[in-house]
Amino acid sequence: MKKYINDFEIVYNLRLNKDYFILKLMCEDELPAILPAQFAEVKIEDSASTFLRRPISIHDVNYDKNTITLLIRLAGQGTSKLAEKKSGELVSLVYPLGNSFSLPIQDKVLLIGGGCGVAPMLYTAKYFMQFGFMPTLLLGYRDKESILRKEKFGKYGNVFYTTEDGSFGEKGTVIDHSLLNSEVFEFKRIYACGPEAMLKNVADKTRNKNVVCEVSLENMMACGIGACLCCVQNTVNGHRCVCTEGPVFNTKDIIW
Amino acid sequence: MVNLAIDFNGLKLKNPVLTASGTFGYGLEFADFVDLNKLGGFIVKGTTLKHREGNPYPRMAETASGMLNAVGLQNKGVDVFCNDIYPQIRNYKTNIIVNVSGSTIDEYVKTAERINQLENINAIELNISCPNVKEGGMAFGTSCTAAAEVIKAVRNVYHKHLMVKLSPNVTDIVSIAKTAEDNGADSVSLINTLLGMAIDIKTRKPKLSTITGGLSGPAIKPVAIRMVWQVAKAIRIPVCGIGGIMNADDAIEFILAGASCIQIGTANFIDPRTTTSVINGIELYCLKNGIKNINEIIGMI
Repeated sequence: MKKYINDFEIVYNLRLNKDYFILKLMCEDELPAILPAQFAEVKIEDSASTFLRRPISIHDVNYDKNTITLLIRLAGQGTSKLAEKKSGELVSLVYPLGNSFSLPIQDKVLLIGGGCGVAPMLYTAKYFMQFGFMPTLLLGYRDKESILRKEKFGKYGNVFYTTEDGSFGEKGTVIDHSLLNSEVFEFKRIYACGPEAMLKNVADKTRNKNVVCEVSLENMMACGIGACLCCVQNTVNGHRCVCTEGPVFNTKDIIW
Repeated sequence: MVNLAIDFNGLKLKNPVLTASGTFGYGLEFADFVDLNKLGGFIVKGTTLKHREGNPYPRMAETASGMLNAVGLQNKGVDVFCNDIYPQIRNYKTNIIVNVSGSTIDEYVKTAERINQLENINAIELNISCPNVKEGGMAFGTSCTAAAEVIKAVRNVYHKHLMVKLSPNVTDIVSIAKTAEDNGADSVSLINTLLGMAIDIKTRKPKLSTITGGLSGPAIKPVAIRMVWQVAKAIRIPVCGIGGIMNADDAIEFILAGASCIQIGTANFIDPRTTTSVINGIELYCLKNGIKNINEIIGMI
């Protein structure tokens, strides 16, 4: 896939809660086709303590309005700088980067997102709807107040929740949810994104079942285009770049 | 019109802008962003005799105005380069230079022999300065005796332009540069990364799996310029300047300090089009300052 570098205009910068914000970005040029789980390398301007672009997954795409939406966690100084950006300002993106969850699929699929890992699942679910079926989503949060874009996710799938304190949905993490712990496992594919510990647990849950399990990784990156070889994941095929040969890997290939 | 062409001791560059090994893949990774034919040349990823997996993750840490890396020369080995990669890049109309590394002199020599057979590879950059491998690498570049041995051995089997990439992690870089010159190098490139280290105070562990790594980016630029200036004054073969160049102004600084050409490295990660904008910026600088030929300002300081 051809990669692009463009200055996007910020349509709006919306703070969702103390940890998350949304940047809706408009491109002057027509957007290329973007696949689920692909990401953009976002430039951080005027930040003395940071240097590199930040890899951020694509949360939503609107081809009619030529917009990309990023759901961003305030993780450190780089994302804090981005959170200060105002509508009308420009942000440079290198995109679309990486592979995608396996497509198209006819199997029954469960999309699992934990914390910031929910970000790519909105566009993934929306993308699958174009193929005429409704995915099931399982989204895990700390508590009810942390839940992100509940109505929006509801539009693109059948959504189940877990919260660690039990204030909404089932209590615990996504791993504890009844969908993953029932006798009869109804899904043929599980696609997950979230903290490494969560992804490992999802992989364990599905190991001896007849399930294709793919996870989207978020290793630290420099270039995002397969040049620096910094973001590698150890796999049965050796070190593989998460930026070009990922971010999505089949869990049977990963050596954790 | 400004003449940006450089005769780099026999290596004909259409302009002084090259790319630093390890930051530009095999060029192909940048083909969506840069017209590779417009570059003075590109230097491909460090190549060794045998396939290398490199160091475990994490191998990168961001720092103020720079980054540490400890990739450890991950590459598929010289045979894969010659058979699979070279055919894809050989027809670009620019200088393609292979960065060669090894753990032993024999590995350097065997790799250089293979590269010598490739018609469209115009030069080798001999990497005696990688700080991220346990054996070889920087060990060859931090002692004059070891440097002399490996350069002489490669010189015997490699018949085109031999550039030697120098480590800044030495007491006296000038003596290593003179050693390179005395043992048949056609040019030197400097600086490779500075050995550095960073610690995560939350986990109280080093940020890199290897504990130490190589620092690059604008943070190292003043050190690099000083070393280029010292070396360029002391040797007759030309110098290729490397170290934190982000834009044309930085490149001009290196040229004024004595670099006949420069390499763009870490900046490629921040803006993949940097090489193109540096070439355009150098031309603009010359136009504005009445410089008809870039050679006029090399080593003015």
